[in-house]
Amino acid sequence: MASQAPRRRRLEVEDIGDIAVVNFVDKKILDEQNIQMIGDDLFRLVDELGRRKVLLNFGNVEFMSSAALGKLITLHRKLQAVQGKLVLCKIAKDILDVFKITKLDKILTIYPDEQAGLQGF
Amino acid sequence: MRVATELTIPSDLGEARRVQELIEEALQASAYTEHDIFAIKLALEEALINAIKHGNQMDPDKRVLVVFHVTSERFDIRITDEGVGFNPEDVPDPTAIENLERPCGRGLLLMRGFMTEVEYHGRGNVVTMAKVREAST
Repeated sequence: MASQAPRRRRLEVEDIGDIAVVNFVDKKILDEQNIQMIGDDLFRLVDELGRRKVLLNFGNVEFMSSAALGKLITLHRKLQAVQGKLVLCKIAKDILDVFKITKLDKILTIYPDEQAGLQGF
Repeated sequence: MRVATELTIPSDLGEARRVQELIEEALQASAYTEHDIFAIKLALEEALINAIKHGNQMDPDKRVLVVFHVTSERFDIRITDEGVGFNPEDVPDPTAIENLERPCGRGLLLMRGFMTEVEYHGRGNVVTMAKVREAST
């Protein structure tokens, strides 16, 4: 009850074996405060819950800006630091362009769908 | 006929959101493709955040001037903030190997990637962007 505003859930996390499969609740990943909270929730998976394999499913995401990319890179580094792995999947074509233009598709592992993503660990 | 729409907003991200919605409606009314609308919205998001956060430093007394027009061929926009400006050439290339894992600095790159033209003017507090409409299939 420490926070001033009630925290609404921004991520749906499902465990499939030892892989944490994360779906985004929001269709748009925007606004600094929102992105900060999504980042905090993602980092908690690794830092507090000890997850080592994280699959981010972007199937629900229609729009995201560069501010969200920083969180993904930090999550990627956190997992690398503990010999874990981050995999991304089901990214809409337009959003995939965001990753291609920034060349983040070269450092992040991206699969077209969740099944392929689960096998990517 | 080109009719420009001119808006002045305070340094507030909620106001920026309203500008984006207005422009999205204008693009939809002119039957731009979803692909073009995504590109313009993304570039707009990055440019407005740059103007409000980096340009005006979120100062509520400073404003952002937005002038845009939509024709059947292209979308043009000029965004002016009241900040000190910057030199785009001083922004490190976020695609360089040594910068790839830096968590920020990709806004300008995305604006250039998604728009047909992006140009900074004056001291760097004015940006003009254009998107030539893609053919509908």
